[in-house]
Amino acid sequence: MFRINLLLLAFVALPACLWAQQRISGKITDSKKRPLQGVNISIKDSYDGGTTAADGTFSFTTDAKGEQFIIANLLGYAPQEQKIFITGPQELNIVLKSSINELKVVTISAGSFEASGDQGKNTVLKPLDIVTTAGAGADIVNALKTLPGTQQTNDREGLFVRGGTGYETQTFIDGLLVRNPFYSGLPDMPGRGRFSPFLFKGTTFSSGGYSAQYGQGLSSALILESTDLPQRSSSTIGVSVLGVSGGLEQLSADKKGSYGIEADYTNLGPYLDVVKSRFEPSVNPQIVGTSANFRRKTSATGMLKFYGYGNWTHMGSYRPSLEYAGYRELYELKNQNFYTNLSYRESLGNDWRLNAGISFSANTDKIDLDTINKGASSRVKGQSQLGQAKFMLSKGLGLYSALRMGAEYQYGVERSAFNDWHVNYTDNYAAAFLEGDIYFTPRFVGRVGGRMEYSSVLSKANLAPRASLAYKLDSYTQFSLAYGDYYQKPEPQYIRFHHDMEYMKATHYIASFQRVAPNNTFRVEAFYKKYHDLVKTGVDTTNGGTGYAKGVEVFWRDRKTFRNMDYWISYSYLDTKRNYLNYPFEVQPDFAAKHTFSVVYKYSITAISTNLGLTYSFSTGRPFYNPNLPESKFMTQRTMNYNSLGFSASYLTSIRKAFTIFVLSVSNAPDFKQVYGYRYSSDKLRREEIVPNIPRFVFVGMFMNFGTDRRQDILNNL
Amino acid sequence: MMKRIFFLLSFVCGLTSLTMAQSAQYENVMTKNVALLDDSSSYNPQKLQELANTFERIAAAEKSQWLPFYYAGYCYVMTAFMEKDNSKKDVIADRAALNAEQAAALSPDNDEINCIRSLIATSRIAVDPPSRGMQYGMESAKLLAEANKINGENPRVYFLIGQSLYYTPEQFGGSKTKAKEMFQKALDKFGSFKPTSNIAPHWGEYRTKQMLAELK
Repeated sequence: MFRINLLLLAFVALPACLWAQQRISGKITDSKKRPLQGVNISIKDSYDGGTTAADGTFSFTTDAKGEQFIIANLLGYAPQEQKIFITGPQELNIVLKSSINELKVVTISAGSFEASGDQGKNTVLKPLDIVTTAGAGADIVNALKTLPGTQQTNDREGLFVRGGTGYETQTFIDGLLVRNPFYSGLPDMPGRGRFSPFLFKGTTFSSGGYSAQYGQGLSSALILESTDLPQRSSSTIGVSVLGVSGGLEQLSADKKGSYGIEADYTNLGPYLDVVKSRFEPSVNPQIVGTSANFRRKTSATGMLKFYGYGNWTHMGSYRPSLEYAGYRELYELKNQNFYTNLSYRESLGNDWRLNAGISFSANTDKIDLDTINKGASSRVKGQSQLGQAKFMLSKGLGLYSALRMGAEYQYGVERSAFNDWHVNYTDNYAAAFLEGDIYFTPRFVGRVGGRMEYSSVLSKANLAPRASLAYKLDSYTQFSLAYGDYYQKPEPQYIRFHHDMEYMKATHYIASFQRVAPNNTFRVEAFYKKYHDLVKTGVDTTNGGTGYAKGVEVFWRDRKTFRNMDYWISYSYLDTKRNYLNYPFEVQPDFAAKHTFSVVYKYSITAISTNLGLTYSFSTGRPFYNPNLPESKFMTQRTMNYNSLGFSASYLTSIRKAFTIFVLSVSNAPDFKQVYGYRYSSDKLRREEIVPNIPRFVFVGMFMNFGTDRRQDILNNL
Repeated sequence: MMKRIFFLLSFVCGLTSLTMAQSAQYENVMTKNVALLDDSSSYNPQKLQELANTFERIAAAEKSQWLPFYYAGYCYVMTAFMEKDNSKKDVIADRAALNAEQAAALSPDNDEINCIRSLIATSRIAVDPPSRGMQYGMESAKLLAEANKINGENPRVYFLIGQSLYYTPEQFGGSKTKAKEMFQKALDKFGSFKPTSNIAPHWGEYRTKQMLAELK
């Protein structure tokens, strides 16, 4: 018995000594038989293991014996576990499969450019890129005009995309439509966008083929997603040749909520005293703007956000009258606009998500028109109000697939008055949509969906099918196709008088190829768009208009090849014709240019904290209507080519504790002559050029940010 | 009866010696590998990957020790700093973060783990400084502040604050003079710092001296 005990003792106390070590060796490769280096190979629940060398081989010894599990593990690959039975030396060959990470999953991309701070997405521009694009003046839409598909139509309001008018592009904030996204302007001098790019964490510019979530835009959607909680509390002040601005953003102590207020005052008077504009201002152009926001995290996944603003604009000009030679015409505008948006999102569990929002906005334009000392003056008043509610439910299916459904309702009031003559209407608009992203494989996705809409003023419904496909060739490269029908109500100025109109309609076909590598992006896209039921004016106003647009666009961006330098190049070829409004037949419309080209260049000199930027834009001449030519020559004449070169320089520094930035920016720096078109008097004897009122604008400003930087706190407390 | 007791005793002794052998093995293997981290020749991606693998194996086998996870995280974050390809930095930082989280789950409110997490946040800035500087700079600073609250004597916290001040551009709150003060403070703390064992975190003194030499 004693002997047995002794044996037992030896057996229990000295387990290791009794077993001989065994050598485990082999080679690890990927599925294409390429050796993998750095793989962690181990015996489960033991220290024993090794790391593969450059040729994929490994070798280690182990005390383990019998049935064991061997694990191979490498970043970017799915870990592999394998059962082995150790009796003697082992030779193993293991193949690791690459894990499907986000980089390798395809996303729907045809027609859309995304500007977001998120990594791994199809990000083409970041929010900061918009602000630092020379010549864009920190205006989202101006920056987007450096992307393919857009036109340099700077004499009219809105973003003109792929042969569409500015009206055909709609703006959405957190899923809700914005009725008046641009400041009201004067004739031939459109206002800029009302929103600062800093409000948004994501900007998606779709030049066609967009999701069934969005409607009432024939050509394009600008989808803006507001930021969540700020990183820290801060306050800002700004002074520039345009005016002053100030803001405050407060993050709550529990870091789950924040609020912010902002105000700005713009007065172009002092600037126009120094640099004369083409037309004499009737008042100093002034804008007062205020905005407020509130954000609250309602749970780990829930977020409630409010954003609202109010703007007041007053401006006007005297121009030489085209109709009455020697007389002057007054055009003076007072605008007030306010907008509110309350949105809520929450995860409902079981892969269900809810996005909901309500919004109310109102806009009033009061315009005084007068040919001085010639007849009576007239007053024009336009008012619009829009209330809306929208919700969307989405359900994740499997790893990547998802189903989205939702509905929206809009109550719109459109009022207009000419002197004492009023024409008003209201519209109840309702829409529902259903859409699925179906991943056949992680590399191959299809999106099918549809949208149904009803408008009470037109008393008509429509059903718009949408579909797209995307296939990923490798981590960076993908092909996409998109198709969709898009409907839009005619402009209020036509519906106002004709309630029995039809929806205008466009059908999009898009094919695109893109390569989004970490440091460069290449993209080429071809499209065909067919227009139906465009508005025709004349003896009667009908939906008899037709048209098409087709073209090819190329985009290249490179952030890496040249040190401290980032640039992008866009080229768009557009072939479009339409028969709408008073056009006698299908012609290239007066807002469309055949070739458009832009280069944006950014260079940073880190040693002196200075960023320089240049933006060059070119487009071929646009058609214009010369009433002196026979009808068969309608719109056959072209303006001169358009050239523009914007320059900007910014210098970052700190003044006391404030992060400060000085900005100098010059639009159209070489003062190229820019002619957008010609306008003729009704007797056809006189014509005037449509040119910018201020051909070259020099902006100088200083912006300071007083942040409560925690780094300072740490230092002070130590 | 006697035999029975002897049997039991021998069994108990045997068990104890088994567990003792295991913890001795843990100490031995850890000591050997942690010592490799004191050697500057280990600081290349290949060697660090090997060490990270070793620490991950130990971590997986031990399950209840935070130090192997901590060192695996340390190896990965050092690799993230060395990686020149921006598209790979995040993947490596993610792996470092995974290890740091596992370490923190075993040892919550640990100033040393906070230092690693702060380094991970800092490593992510380099992927896209203009867009990420604010977010990750704040996160990094916050983690160091917490570490300092937990243990005001940890010299690595001062060293990392100094490093952050040194590399942050002045207009974003960086300062070479304040960095120098901080490195000096770190060096003082290193003077009085006694690691609890030879496998407890003790890196940073050499680098602090290097930074101070650079600032002279």
